[in-house]
Amino acid sequence: MRGYKTSLAIIAALSALAGARAIALPQANPVTPDLIEAARKEGKVSFYTAVDVEVAEKIAAAFKAKYPGIDVLVERAGSERVFQRVEQERSANITNADVVNSSDAAHYIIWKREGLLAPYVSEDVATYYKDNADPEGFYATWRATLSPIGYNTKYVKPADAPKSFADLLSPKWKGLMVKGHPGYSGTILTATFEISRDLGWDYLQKLAQQKVMQVQSSTEPPKKLALGERPIMADGNEYNLFILKEAGQPVDVIYPSEGTPFIASPSAVMAKAPHPNAARLFQSFLFTPETQQLLVDVGGLRSLHPKTHEHAGRTPLSDIKLMRDDPAAVVDQVDEIKANYTKYFGT
Amino acid sequence: MSADGFHVLPAGGVPLRQARTLAALGRLDVSNLVFAGCALVLLVLVGLPLFWLAVSAFMDKTGAPSLTNFERLFTDPTLVAPLRISLIVATCVGFISTIVAAPIAWIVSRTDMPGRRLIRALITASFVTPPFLGAIAWEVLAAPNSGLINVWYRALYDLPPFVHLVDIYSIEGLIFVDSIYAFAFVFVLLANTLDRIPSDMEDAAAILGAPAWRIILTITLPLALPAILAGALVAFLRSLTLFGTPAILALPAGFHTITTKIWSLFQYPPNPGLAAAAALPLLIATVVLLRVQSWILGRRGYVVLGGRAGGTRRIELGLWRWAALALCLFVLCFPVFLPYLALLKAALTKTLAEPVSADNLTWQHVRFVFFEFSPTRLALRNTLFFAFVAATIGTALALIASYLASRKAVFGHSVLGFLATAPIAVPGIVLGVGMFIAYTRGPVVLYGTMWVMIIAYVTIELPAAYQQLKSALTGVSQELEEAGRILGAGRLRTLIDITAPLLRTGVIAAWCFIFIGVMRELSAAIMLFTAETKVLPVVIFDLNESGDLGAISVLGIMLLVLTLVITILANNLPGFGKTTTGTKQAA
Repeated sequence: MRGYKTSLAIIAALSALAGARAIALPQANPVTPDLIEAARKEGKVSFYTAVDVEVAEKIAAAFKAKYPGIDVLVERAGSERVFQRVEQERSANITNADVVNSSDAAHYIIWKREGLLAPYVSEDVATYYKDNADPEGFYATWRATLSPIGYNTKYVKPADAPKSFADLLSPKWKGLMVKGHPGYSGTILTATFEISRDLGWDYLQKLAQQKVMQVQSSTEPPKKLALGERPIMADGNEYNLFILKEAGQPVDVIYPSEGTPFIASPSAVMAKAPHPNAARLFQSFLFTPETQQLLVDVGGLRSLHPKTHEHAGRTPLSDIKLMRDDPAAVVDQVDEIKANYTKYFGT
Repeated sequence: MSADGFHVLPAGGVPLRQARTLAALGRLDVSNLVFAGCALVLLVLVGLPLFWLAVSAFMDKTGAPSLTNFERLFTDPTLVAPLRISLIVATCVGFISTIVAAPIAWIVSRTDMPGRRLIRALITASFVTPPFLGAIAWEVLAAPNSGLINVWYRALYDLPPFVHLVDIYSIEGLIFVDSIYAFAFVFVLLANTLDRIPSDMEDAAAILGAPAWRIILTITLPLALPAILAGALVAFLRSLTLFGTPAILALPAGFHTITTKIWSLFQYPPNPGLAAAAALPLLIATVVLLRVQSWILGRRGYVVLGGRAGGTRRIELGLWRWAALALCLFVLCFPVFLPYLALLKAALTKTLAEPVSADNLTWQHVRFVFFEFSPTRLALRNTLFFAFVAATIGTALALIASYLASRKAVFGHSVLGFLATAPIAVPGIVLGVGMFIAYTRGPVVLYGTMWVMIIAYVTIELPAAYQQLKSALTGVSQELEEAGRILGAGRLRTLIDITAPLLRTGVIAAWCFIFIGVMRELSAAIMLFTAETKVLPVVIFDLNESGDLGAISVLGIMLLVLTLVITILANNLPGFGKTTTGTKQAA
């Protein structure tokens, strides 16, 4: 537990969420009986999310159990497609989304700038997320994960497994790797940004020569790994690896020696949410210790809520060398990242 | 207008002409208004998206007229490569699917092979399989390492992991999957042609002592050649404009085709202008090739030459008929048996690569799809609703348009026919891009409503329904209609009370055609859906993005079962009478 507390301090330092400092957030909005009643009248909340669809449905089921009579419609797609969808709907003046979760934290800077978000600070966010929320209360980091290397233990012995990103460039892994795509996945976009910053595009250019199988969402490489389609995952996400490993599938996580990309995945209420009360109730629900613990337990995710405890058998964040995220820099470089990626990887 | 009507009524004589003139003068025929409305609807349906497509292709990002988009299209290597790959793939698909379909069509249509009806029915099953679902099933079968075929291959020869026989994530893999589903289309075209060629000439040759192979080479083949060429063109075009299959198979292999590239241009920051420019070559290719096709088919008038006047004599294959049946069943393994077995396995097992056993069986995916996955119910309802509405509106439009065109009833009837068939030249993804641009701006913002989906479906499926009904109409004598008209009924009334009931087989077939089309449509839907108007193909496509094969398989099997059940129900509607031609034509 102590190790975990320290790790939170590290994350606080790491997640420079648009220059967020530990400053006072706007006033917290407690969940009142009035809010619950109003939400129940609306009867529905539409949740645009990039989290794995089974995890999302479990969160939705927990919400429906706690607040009967309010339905949750899960709209799951890769973060970059969620972003595209929100943009398309905005351009046509469509208001469908109530709460939006993307693993590309840069999206929130853009959405906030464009006035798409509503400020809303739940009690948990006000108390526990000072370092991981927008100072003006427009969004907060709902969940976090890493983009480590993964491998299938049936085909690769732990001793033979790659230890670093540099190891992936060895000819022995040619044609045996799978990775996600930054054009679809916010996790992969963030990871690509961090890797290209810390290791240089040179590394990715060489990786592209390794005949890597290209999938879209960061949730898919772990599944392809478990399926035995490829024995090595060059990027993807940590939480699906945990879920699969703990379900008895032959996969394991490697934290590369150069550092593992850290991905913060915020959540926010839309300014024009069609179900504004249900949206706020849901956003508040997302940050309660119970929901956060559920994310850890069934979702394999990292929670930034200090009241949660890490699972046995999962390496605590404090023991992992992390690559720092920097959403503000991603906002400026996103076009370049995608263009370079297409140039090297072909899609 | 009545002068025009007089044209087609040489037998009608003067009294009829007078009657019609009187009728036209006596009151303003309501039907003319309906018909004019119908023409206008068609014009807007097809015209508006194409207009905006063209406009935005010739604009730069600021909205000024410019050729930048086309400059980029033909110089930027990330756009040139997909164009080239699409052409290569489509050419191969054209060849392969025709080479496979031609002998099968000949066997089914001209020989005494047992189980001909079964084979036709199975080809119908391949026809109703959405191409993207087939592609996903082939991932399950032929992914290089986890693919079942490769797993079996390694087990059989005791080979180490990662040695593989086939790799579906490759250009060859894409060509293969495209071809096996284009096969059904080429088959239908060829089989219908072969059905209609009378066997008189073949009989003559046989009487004169020519051996079977010689008859095939010197008589059947030349007679069927135009249809074969036309079939190859259809397969080429389908492949060129297909979105789902390359999106599933090409991306993992690390390349784009032109359709997936167009789709990716809508990623942030979206570039609809460039997407429109990239869509125009597809549009032009389609228009040109369809002209070529109709020229090839039209050049020799044999297709309608006396119908089946001479009757078709089936060639007796003797013992070879069993070999022929085996060949047909073997070919059908690829689009039907293997994929559906693979989907069934993926739907019901925990670990796909492990053999089916009590341990490995699970209801988990079924439960997830029906009880946990929240989009299922909405998407199911939407899909069925859109399919019903689109099929009904589309059939009505096609009926009116084909009636007017075949009876040459109104001024400009040929324009109507052109408008109703024009969408065939507009690939789904191109229409999706055009409609997205057209309906996200004023005066009517339809994007986000269910209407934009229904309009897209009606537009895409209209040509098939139109052609279906037009050919059915040529078989309905005009005398009954004229009788109705003489007795004072308007054209619309005549159409509803007399012609439509006579056409019921054709009407049902057209309705089923549109219905099936909606159930398998992905390329336009993927551009136009919103959370509230999500349909099953889009849900399946989204699940594929995150690699949830089990759920996809459950949904895919459900989609197929639903389509088949509704097609069968429609063909057995009480009061409409049981028909067999409906399904046959739908094939």
